[in-house]
Amino acid sequence: MAVESAAAYRVIQPRARRSRSSLRRWYRRNERNVLGLAGLVTFFALWQVSSNLGVIDDLFFSSPAGVYLAAVREAQLPRFWRDVQYSLTEVSVGFLASFVLAVPLGLLIGWYRRVSFAFDPWLNFLNAIPRPALIPLVVLWVGLGIEMKTIIVFLGGFFSIILPTVEGVRTVDQGLLDVAHSFRASQRRLFASVVIPATVPFIATGVRLALGRLLIGVVVAELYAQTQGIGVMIARAADALDSSRMLFGVLIFTLMGVLTTELAGRIERRFQRWRPSANLDLEEGN
Amino acid sequence: MASELALSARGVRMEYRDRSSDTRLVAIETMDLDVADGEFVSLLGPSGCGKSTFLKIVNGLLTATAGEIRLRRNGKGREDAMVFQDAALFPWYSVLDNVAYGLVCAGVSNAEARKRAEPLITLVGLGGFETKYPYQLSGGMQQRANLARALAVDAPILLMDEPFASLDAQTREVMQAELLRIWNAAKKTVVFVTHQIEEAVYLSDRVVVMSSRPGRILADIPIALPRPRALEVKRSAEFTAYAAQIWQLLAGQRAPAAAAPES
Repeated sequence: MAVESAAAYRVIQPRARRSRSSLRRWYRRNERNVLGLAGLVTFFALWQVSSNLGVIDDLFFSSPAGVYLAAVREAQLPRFWRDVQYSLTEVSVGFLASFVLAVPLGLLIGWYRRVSFAFDPWLNFLNAIPRPALIPLVVLWVGLGIEMKTIIVFLGGFFSIILPTVEGVRTVDQGLLDVAHSFRASQRRLFASVVIPATVPFIATGVRLALGRLLIGVVVAELYAQTQGIGVMIARAADALDSSRMLFGVLIFTLMGVLTTELAGRIERRFQRWRPSANLDLEEGN
Repeated sequence: MASELALSARGVRMEYRDRSSDTRLVAIETMDLDVADGEFVSLLGPSGCGKSTFLKIVNGLLTATAGEIRLRRNGKGREDAMVFQDAALFPWYSVLDNVAYGLVCAGVSNAEARKRAEPLITLVGLGGFETKYPYQLSGGMQQRANLARALAVDAPILLMDEPFASLDAQTREVMQAELLRIWNAAKKTVVFVTHQIEEAVYLSDRVVVMSSRPGRILADIPIALPRPRALEVKRSAEFTAYAAQIWQLLAGQRAPAAAAPES
């Protein structure tokens, strides 16, 4: 039977596809980046203009141009590069030490019930300590040098990584463990084929957490000790009422955070190609 | 006669300690079962009847409280291999590496294991999917890989734990026919656990019907349908008669069990 009166039906039709110009199509594809960049540019422009107009007092908060000039000046000073190297050393040594110790120990605690009985109370107790409160104690042990700051960084990283690692091992799919047992996998293969791959996403979460805490540790420890590093550069700049140099120091820490997080993200995706979500991220990023 | 048995179980009993009430639950009351070489035997019963438990005891994943199981020795390696219920593929391994897993566990080198896994991937119909990860496969394809993994270790006895339970009806039928084809090609002894009457009758030489918990054997029914069996067999009168007979057994089980007080 044919439709008799058009008015008696609500008609649902596909949306007409309009042909778009190539510029429009380019924009649709890059909308995220274009809008993101526009937001950044607008922000810096407004900041610069309000500084030029005197809305923001240079004494308390510098302008983008001021920070840029401070950066150019600093980059010519050997002291600046020594500070950068100093802070980077604390971060990398502290982080590597925490990773190398926290991952194996986390695997052991998560896997062996008896090890976990012995360590669990300590983990929870030590993790509850606010790390900066330990600085004076660590100073007492090793002095104000680079060792102290590295230890503070290490402590922050260690607990951020070990707790999710333990959690990851404890939540390994029993069905997959059954498969390994069924095929008589050796203990070593059991770890390599089931426990560790299943725990990688948890370790990655811990690393991301650690990177954030690490930088807090560096800043607090350097501000406390006042010997060397970017934290000290920030403090000295503040003493001299040089807000440009101060903000430049903050920017350096921020860049360290952004870069290490990005690097960790890349390594993580490399190890998780088997996860559907990780692949979606990759495809989106292309 | 006894030398032709692939598997022989005598007086197998399984009890669990229930942690919450600190009582002992009997999962399997007692079980005697003989499976001949090359035979396809189904263990059929309601959930909780201990049929999967029995399979895990045979495979060594669980230890029985009492009883004895004999598997005929296989000179060149494992006697039995398990096909798991939820495919249980390693999500971080490709199809090829999943299928090769059992061989690698047995000490075969990676390269050699992959080479030996290849023909089995073809046998189960997964040729061309070797480098895919499990998440890229459909449920039926995952079960094919699961089956290939068990076949790869070349054990004479296959233990299959409800491998098609989570598949949709169409895929399940296809996989049943596929399983018979592969069983015929690979010449294995199969112990197949299922709660589906029709599946058990279609696949098996014998259907062993089990009672609900505590599990024991209610009946051992030889299925005399001719082989090879096409899916059309399921609409024959003999097939329907077998299914009805088993259904009666299980239904008769249900009523008194419900009336009996919980012990």
